[in-house]
Amino acid sequence: MSRLAVRIEELAKKYGSVVALDGITLAVERGKIFGLLGTNGAGKTTTVKILATLLKPDRGRAELCGIDVLSNPAAARAVIGYVPQEITVDPYLTAREHLDYYAGLYHVPAEAKERRIQELLELLGLAAAANRRARHFSGGMKKKLDLACGLVHQPQVALLDEPSLGLDVGMRRNVWSYIASLRRGGSTVFLCTNYMDEAEKLCDEVAIIDKGKIVALGSPEALKNELKRDLVALEVDHTDAQSQMALERLELQLREWTIVRATERNGSELKIYLEANETALPHILQTAGAMGISIQAVTHRRPALEDVFLHYTGHGFSEGVER
Amino acid sequence: MTLVRESGFHFGRWLLHLRREPYSMAFNLVQPVILLIFMGGAFQRAGEWVGTADYRTYLMPGVLALTIFGNSMAGGIPLLFDRESGLLERLLTTPIARASILLGRFLAVHVNTLIQCALLLGLGFLLGVRVVTGVAGVIGLLVIGLALGFGVTVISLVLPFVLENHGNFFAIVGITALPLTFLSSAFVPLDSLPLWMRLFAWINPMTYAIDGMRALVLFGWDGPLIARATVILAAFDGAAFWLGSRILHKQLA
Repeated sequence: MSRLAVRIEELAKKYGSVVALDGITLAVERGKIFGLLGTNGAGKTTTVKILATLLKPDRGRAELCGIDVLSNPAAARAVIGYVPQEITVDPYLTAREHLDYYAGLYHVPAEAKERRIQELLELLGLAAAANRRARHFSGGMKKKLDLACGLVHQPQVALLDEPSLGLDVGMRRNVWSYIASLRRGGSTVFLCTNYMDEAEKLCDEVAIIDKGKIVALGSPEALKNELKRDLVALEVDHTDAQSQMALERLELQLREWTIVRATERNGSELKIYLEANETALPHILQTAGAMGISIQAVTHRRPALEDVFLHYTGHGFSEGVER
Repeated sequence: MTLVRESGFHFGRWLLHLRREPYSMAFNLVQPVILLIFMGGAFQRAGEWVGTADYRTYLMPGVLALTIFGNSMAGGIPLLFDRESGLLERLLTTPIARASILLGRFLAVHVNTLIQCALLLGLGFLLGVRVVTGVAGVIGLLVIGLALGFGVTVISLVLPFVLENHGNFFAIVGITALPLTFLSSAFVPLDSLPLWMRLFAWINPMTYAIDGMRALVLFGWDGPLIARATVILAAFDGAAFWLGSRILHKQLA
């Protein structure tokens, strides 16, 4: 049995003259939550549709649990649960009837079906609405029901295209904890998203895709560390000209440090961009103390995944001065 | 037998639609009911001309054929909606025999058709229409009717997969049924039609279905007419099925 749940090699796809995928390669281990992160039109949906056997690439390979998706799509369909971006619920059917329908299509054994349906309805907070027609559901409830439909059979690989699109905060948390529980149940999750917080909270590993190319790949933590973009901001009394002059001297001194990548001073505030380092902050504060500067406020901000994203997709930082 | 089971899941879904929106069949029944009540009434004395005591009885098979044709032709519309909502695409990612999607819909269309025919026959009965061959004849004429519906439904189920947009589908559904009914033996005997209409009627499968059904309503078990209907409708169904499966094989493979 293949150790990998998803393996993609040199996958390329054009729509007419528009390049959707420009030779992407990635692999996802079983039991992981993998996020494909990109803006609209970056190539996320094309990738997931190829994995879902809906699209044929122009070249490249795609495997799910060791099954070649392109040469053996029927076998691949037996291991996936695909939830598209658009909502596809049937307004005439109740929530329970939806799950019953999909449980049939996904060959869920009769003895497991009822229990599984009930469990899903409860996990996603739809139990009270189980026997109401989807016509009367809110957008968020429809989206959740849609998600449940693709996962009713506990697929080996869940392919989720924007699973929390259009959900309110509470529902998103609900969906996130549900997706996290899929991993505990042994499923691998391959999700597409353009929500940074979603990727940051959920994913073991992310790939950033931009204009059909993978521009960064790794765990959210590793990607943030690689960015070397911690920000330390110091503030002194803005009425004290003396302190402000001392701050300027501190800035000049810090610029000599190898871990400091950029600084920016604005009157009584000094921003320092530096490589992640646990001793850096105490060291800065000691240096300031030795120079007799009395610091009023300190902020330390780690880069967010959003910073990583902006960095790799070519939009630089708006603040800060590159050294 | 997975195909049968999986078709059953889709069929079950369509039955729920029918149960929750039974009035949707009214759209298809409007024209036939108007024809049966008003045209049957207005042309009451035309019975002598077409050679029967009651024109409405003469009209009954034509009205049934119009109903069957209209409902069968509209049979693909829900699949079109499924295609547009993305549901159809989603079904294509499940591990089912893809033919089950079509088979389930196909069965549901015919159940719907049978209900509509039963309603019309009931209305006809209230208006004095009697079938000389009795209950067995009613079953016989429904079988002939479904044989007409079979091929038309196949055509309709293929259309969602080949048409670029929605509007085309509704146009085809909306404009075909009534003219094709006029271009058949539905309202008057074939030899009273002008030649150009008669030419169309000769190649129209509705003509043969109507003649077969009419024999059962008016005269009895007329062997040659029923045999002709059977052979021609079987050929029509076979051709539609052959063509449809060729097109869909390409689309769904």
